[in-house]
Amino acid sequence: MAKKGWDEFEIGAMLRSFDGKIDDIAGTRQEDRDYSENSSYTASVADWRLIKPIFNKDYCIDCQFCWVYCPDVSIISRDKKMIGIDMDHCKGCGICVEVCPTNPKSLLMFPEQADEEAEIASWPTKDEEK
Amino acid sequence: MAFDKMELRDIEVWDGNFAAAQALRQCQIDVVAAYPITPSTPIVEGYAKFLADNYIEGEFVMVESEHAAMSGCIGAAAAGGRVATATSSQGFALMVETLYQASGMRLPIVLNVVNRALASPLNVNGDHSDMYLGRDSGWIQIDAYCPQDAYDLNFIAFRVSEDHDIRLPAMVHQDGFMTSHTAQGVTTISDDAAYNFVGDYKPMNDMLDFEHPVTHGVQTEEDWHFEHKARQHNDLMTKVLPKIEEVFKDFEKLSGRRYNIVEEYETKDADVCVVCLGSSVETAREVAGEMREKGIKAGVVGIRVIRPFPFAQIRDALKDIKAIAALDRSSPNGAPGMLFNEIAGSLFNTDTKALLSGYVYGLGGRDLTKAQLVDLFTELQANVDAGKVTTPLQQFIGVRGPKLSYL
Repeated sequence: MAKKGWDEFEIGAMLRSFDGKIDDIAGTRQEDRDYSENSSYTASVADWRLIKPIFNKDYCIDCQFCWVYCPDVSIISRDKKMIGIDMDHCKGCGICVEVCPTNPKSLLMFPEQADEEAEIASWPTKDEEK
Repeated sequence: MAFDKMELRDIEVWDGNFAAAQALRQCQIDVVAAYPITPSTPIVEGYAKFLADNYIEGEFVMVESEHAAMSGCIGAAAAGGRVATATSSQGFALMVETLYQASGMRLPIVLNVVNRALASPLNVNGDHSDMYLGRDSGWIQIDAYCPQDAYDLNFIAFRVSEDHDIRLPAMVHQDGFMTSHTAQGVTTISDDAAYNFVGDYKPMNDMLDFEHPVTHGVQTEEDWHFEHKARQHNDLMTKVLPKIEEVFKDFEKLSGRRYNIVEEYETKDADVCVVCLGSSVETAREVAGEMREKGIKAGVVGIRVIRPFPFAQIRDALKDIKAIAALDRSSPNGAPGMLFNEIAGSLFNTDTKALLSGYVYGLGGRDLTKAQLVDLFTELQANVDAGKVTTPLQQFIGVRGPKLSYL
């Protein structure tokens, strides 16, 4: 945030999510919204993460479970197709991996420093039914 | 205007509670979230009755505790309504956690506090414990001495706290039972005149403005908290008292009744002076008049605005007094007492030669009698004659058993 003095902000410790007027916010995609610099969307919480989910498109069946269950709205889905993960807001909780129904899972948790392409190349194979 | 008007006589016989309830009706409060507690119950009862009888367009929210009552008021104020509630003593103590939220979020809520002693021992009568409890909460605190004040100061509180430069919540204090249940003649203001004085409510950053969504009650850590608190304090110290003075002047034009930030009674040529709050001011004024007949030049200073504390006005009122008594109506619990401290603080580093002594009186509704005040003025005169404080700095008056004094 820009450096401001003690009397240069709006009173009441209140924040505006958007710059200026808004209309039809529900029908506007996140990336097209006029978020202000002090909204939750603009703030990154990526540094809270210790482990990160990696998404493997090959096994995904677009069931949208992860999109429904993600507590931080960090699953990016367009036209009912799973696209990827918003790494600015993902806190690495692992719920998406927990709810993923495919076998093998199309989402798995890896250490933060893991390389995405290498991990997808060595993706685990199908679990045998016991 | 979908609601009915009430035809008031010029002078009505009201107690302080009903006067406050009528003021809430005339201000057309949008939301009252309240939980009843002696002695402030009749204020919200009165509001609820006016609401049920179609005198108000508003909403009465019944909640499960005072904590929830103030929380409901904060929510309604953030949503963009004119909000008020009332409480006392233990309920006020339960509200404290949310009082700080209200002042930090800069929401113009008006809280009618009917002063009552804090437990324990449990007590329903009036002293100033709860008023003293709220004095660091960042609210504007205005003190009423009689039902007439309780009626008028509600309008003033709304005008001050809803000003867009100030936006701070305000408390209107009256003494439990002494003011709140004692019926006196109250000179009324007509519904239209009263509403026009307060004006239509102009919301600021309200949450029901769907085109400009805002977040209220955000979290700030060491990076911003200090700045917000500094700004709140700055507004309290620099903006509130001038605004109150301005509103007092406007109110005088409307009603002919003059209020002052510090109410002085015969202090111009006084040698001895007591400083007190609440209904005791009126008793002290009467005794001061009698003392003047006996040759003691007595004066009374009543403080109308407790927070922000009017240091400059107090300094001005007390600059020529030779002996001052600060009368605290709350158990000081190991300190000289709030008024003693504040007055000592305001007179420090000035040229005054005043002798300051503190008295603690009237806890739990114990009456302050005229005889006690006569003794008190006589002691002050003895201090003046001796040129030094002849008594201990802190004395308890009206307590049973041998005399109790400290310092």
